Amino acid sequence: MSLFDIFKKKSSGDVAKDRLKLLLVSDRANCSPEIMELIKNDIINVIAKYMEIDCEGLDIQITQTESDGENGNVPALVANIPIKEVKHNS
Amino acid sequence: MSEVIVVTSGKGGVGKTTTSANVGTGLAKLNKKVVLIDTDIGLRNLDVVMGLENRIVYNLVDVVEGNCRPKQAMIKDKRYNNLYLLPSAQTRDKTSVTPEQMVSLVNELREEFDYIILDCPAGIEQGFKNAIAGADRALVVTTPEVSAIRDADRIIGLLEANSMGKVDLIVNRIRMDMVKKGDMMSIEDVVDILSINLIGAVPDDENIVIATNQGEPLVGNDTLPGQAYMNICKRIMGESVPMLDLAKNNGFFAKIAGLFKKN
Repeated sequence: MSLFDIFKKKSSGDVAKDRLKLLLVSDRANCSPEIMELIKNDIINVIAKYMEIDCEGLDIQITQTESDGENGNVPALVANIPIKEVKHNS
Repeated sequence: MSEVIVVTSGKGGVGKTTTSANVGTGLAKLNKKVVLIDTDIGLRNLDVVMGLENRIVYNLVDVVEGNCRPKQAMIKDKRYNNLYLLPSAQTRDKTSVTPEQMVSLVNELREEFDYIILDCPAGIEQGFKNAIAGADRALVVTTPEVSAIRDADRIIGLLEANSMGKVDLIVNRIRMDMVKKGDMMSIEDVVDILSINLIGAVPDDENIVIATNQGEPLVGNDTLPGQAYMNICKRIMGESVPMLDLAKNNGFFAKIAGLFKKN
């Protein structure tokens, strides 16, 4: 790798591979966008009981993650939920 | 023992028909008795790729409907006396045939042929279901593109759900010059993503276009794709053949030749 390569952006082949890897995980999990939307709404409802969250910024995705067991990569549901304020009404 | 092989891909235009023609012809060259069946009803193509379009009398739908016997519909390839083509119907649609009818046709042909190659239509609907119904194994054709690989993954899932005996991958239209620059996924990348057995890779080569223009499959000749297809045929027969080095045409002399080609 030359010094030049550091400044180069990611090659399009790698971009394609990364995009496909993500895409196929959700394809294989057979999770339609509608179901994802339902899951997202349910998560919002549960979390909203305890804290104020940024519903617009909420993002959920099915990705792959290294499993603790021996079965290699497994699908994982990753949710990124920005918190606006934690409620203290106990 | 005969083997029924379906050539499928999901996405259209990745080279199913070209692959079917070359694999069928290659197996015939290796002294196997082969019949190619075009299951793409309504969009007949395998006949022109094989150069046999002027000799069609009956077609697949005629056979299935009992208008003629399979023997009458099969066109004998004059170049190889153990190669036959059962063409598809051009004026009918996919619903003219059922999976059960395909299974019984294929089982009838098993008695006479070593290999029965089914050229599957694009898509995952009726035509696909008909084509895979009677098959023992599948060749999934893909190109190193995001769309083709996504469809191939879906097809592999469907084949597994239908308990297809064996599923192998062919990576078609690979361009080693682009792979080198990082602008195309490599064969390894594609295999890594789809995680099924690779049975061969075929380079993107102008000889394929020329061969299709002439209606003469190039399997077995001295071009890179010709050798790649022949290796696939040998692997289908169970031989272990090392993978072809597809980058070798990018050597010094090819580059010099390339300099003169560019306007």
